Amino acid sequence: MKTIFKSLFAITVLSVILSSCGNGGTNKKGSQGALSGNAAERVYVAPGEHDEFYAFVSGGFSGQLSVYGLPSGRLFKVIPVFSVDAEKAYGFNEETKAMLMTSHGFIPWDDSHHPDISQTEGVLDGRWIFINANNTPRIAKIDLTTFETTEILEIPNSAGNHSSSFVTENSEYVVAGTRFGIPFPQRDMPIDEYKGNFKGALSFIKLDPEDGTMDLSFQIRMPGFNYDLSHPGRGKSHGWFFFSTYNTEESNSLLEVNASQNDKDYIAAVNWKKAEEYIKAGKYKTMPARYAHNTYDEKTHTASTEWGKEVKVLDPAECPGLVYFLPTPKSPHGCDVDPSGEYIIGNGKLAAELTAHSFTKMLKAIEEKKFDGEAYGIPILKYEDILAGVVKQPGLGPLHTEFDGKGNAYTTFFISSEVVKWKLGTWEVIDRKPTYYSVGHLMIPGGNSRKPFGKYVLAMNKITKDRYLPTGPEVTQSAQLYDITGEKMELLLDFPTIGEPHYAAGIPASIIAENSKKIYKLEENEHKYAVKSEAEAKVERNGNEVHIYMTMIRSHFAPDNIEGVKVGDKVYFHVTNLEQDYDVPHGVSMIGAQTSELLIMPGQTETFIWEPKEVGIWPFYCTDFCSALHQEMQGYVRVSPKGSKVPIKFTLDGDAVDAE
Amino acid sequence: MKKIKLTISLLAVSMLLFVSCNGEKKQDVKETKTEAAPLGKGQSAVSDNVSEANALQVAKSLDDFKTLVVAIETAGVEDAVVNAGPLTIFAPVNSAFDKLPEGTVETLLKPENKAKLAYILTNHVAPANYPIKQLKKEAKKGRKLYMASGKYLVVENKDGDIYVGGTKILKTVKVSNGWIHVIGDVLVPAE
Repeated sequence: MKTIFKSLFAITVLSVILSSCGNGGTNKKGSQGALSGNAAERVYVAPGEHDEFYAFVSGGFSGQLSVYGLPSGRLFKVIPVFSVDAEKAYGFNEETKAMLMTSHGFIPWDDSHHPDISQTEGVLDGRWIFINANNTPRIAKIDLTTFETTEILEIPNSAGNHSSSFVTENSEYVVAGTRFGIPFPQRDMPIDEYKGNFKGALSFIKLDPEDGTMDLSFQIRMPGFNYDLSHPGRGKSHGWFFFSTYNTEESNSLLEVNASQNDKDYIAAVNWKKAEEYIKAGKYKTMPARYAHNTYDEKTHTASTEWGKEVKVLDPAECPGLVYFLPTPKSPHGCDVDPSGEYIIGNGKLAAELTAHSFTKMLKAIEEKKFDGEAYGIPILKYEDILAGVVKQPGLGPLHTEFDGKGNAYTTFFISSEVVKWKLGTWEVIDRKPTYYSVGHLMIPGGNSRKPFGKYVLAMNKITKDRYLPTGPEVTQSAQLYDITGEKMELLLDFPTIGEPHYAAGIPASIIAENSKKIYKLEENEHKYAVKSEAEAKVERNGNEVHIYMTMIRSHFAPDNIEGVKVGDKVYFHVTNLEQDYDVPHGVSMIGAQTSELLIMPGQTETFIWEPKEVGIWPFYCTDFCSALHQEMQGYVRVSPKGSKVPIKFTLDGDAVDAE
Repeated sequence: MKKIKLTISLLAVSMLLFVSCNGEKKQDVKETKTEAAPLGKGQSAVSDNVSEANALQVAKSLDDFKTLVVAIETAGVEDAVVNAGPLTIFAPVNSAFDKLPEGTVETLLKPENKAKLAYILTNHVAPANYPIKQLKKEAKKGRKLYMASGKYLVVENKDGDIYVGGTKILKTVKVSNGWIHVIGDVLVPAE
């Protein structure tokens, strides 16, 4: 009896195995629905394996930029850019405070929107990624060898820095446009005298070809419309930049009604090569301005601020051929240029159809001077003359378009919550897939360059409601990954994001992973307070300032016993991580210090300030689990009363740090 | 003290893991591609030509440690000696192994003696940061070194030369995860 049972059991098990194998085979061939198929397998990146793409997803109101892998949706790092980050001491340590300096003083937060990766000949080169601060207008540069913010440039004469930060196809410029019309230059005046008096600045920031250093080259002083988004021309249209506008009504209140009156707003086509000629010819005005230019020096591990004092300004009315207006229906939001550079897609937020302008037709109309009047001295082209085609009834609330490099475009629709695939040239809708819910931007790696890597599209949703486990009134926002290699899109994955996933830039991992830095070389460390060996560690008093030059190595600080500090002192901990080994950071924090921890990478020096208020013996410790003896990595500072005669003394294991 | 013991057991666990990895790897070959995640190699497989060399990389780069490296690989403790540590390794040169009774090395290198070999090797590793300066201090204060084997080694200072477990430190090399002190004898635990 038992034997029969055993055999039966064995047969059952065998048949289960067999049938499951069979199922696996059928699934792969089956074409019915991605979710019932092998979607999980296609986003599964096995332990220890790497993702195929990096996705740099902006944090929106978090002010940061997060780094994910695709297709897995795994989060690798949150790069602090415009908001302080206590975890990494960004904006807390003495070295990075200057990064957040502006003409308004130190600002601990911003709203980061549109990351864009540097290009060479229209192809992503993976050297830097740029991103805009929306609120207090700035552009940041992140170095893609260190994945750290290394430069932030404030943009004067701008407000709501939204049509930013897009890079031209040889990284000649990164461009920033203002959303809010404002007095330019700023002055005290009645708000309701907006019309004709407020202006909008389009800023062209020149990039150093070697190190990407940003320089505010010139601004174009445009009419006071709202400049919403922008993209560079590429290929045949290289040398031009396109900006969508809304509120050409120049309303200053209840814009949801008043800025939707005109049937058409404009896409502004700016010939920046022409602008360069005008600058060269001296046709600019130099206007006073005050803006911060913050740079992080990788050698000194320290940021500093320089102040810009003026800016060159071009007035389009005085510079013929500089700017043309392309009429585009109903408050265009996205303004996207296809990989060939021929089509400029305007997504009218309230329009019933998508508009594709033809660059070739635009040039012809300009040549033939076929204008439909002008606005503030800027010629307006005729809609019919420049139109390449329209995508009819594509969805509700179109926002943004990206391209797969195979002749297809993908547009997001906020109101109807979907991504729609359509064909360039024939303007026919090929496929539509729902998003969950209310999608904003979408991203195809390289999808706004000459060479998209059209394997996936990432849709970024503003609203998730019931899509994840609830977490009280505030729930996560999300991104959704679709496979776009087939005729129909397939939803593969949903994953939550940091802050608002406003927009993203993607790139094949192979382009940048190899260049990722492992350590900072100690011998190249030029920090003012660096010490390169334990023997050089010291403590110095200068009035009521005490400077501690400290080192860290597995698994101790040197010195780790310090005496002679007094209540009322300002104690600087200058801490150098002596390690020269990949992935061995150390942290440090001091009880009662009114700042964050420091998280110090190998070869790096960072500083925090502690102002002891109470007499006693106060410990500090390593905050990053560095080694097997991490928990032993600690020390003490003796704080004596004000006026005490206890001398400065610092030791390690009872001896001077340089004892033999 | 507890902490150190924990470290020891961690080392032991990582050895075990390595052993089981090898076992599973063989199975993996038989299985179909779509099943089971590929097993990651340990930390010793990390490719990194920027960081300072770790203890294993240094040992491998020097002919003096050929026998030691073979022993480390045979015992399967490569991952432990590249660990963040910090580690202080008393590294016997090739000739040290020759001093052992005839046939000892051959016997230890047999698969069935893997655990024994690993145990002997751990008697050469202190989970601690002991540069020469610190060893001198230990000698002066009469503090013994607690080794990964669970045994203690005596440190002595004889006219400026440092001896551990009765054998002289010939040379010292700084490595990224600690120190290698070169010795001329194998430190076989008492039992």
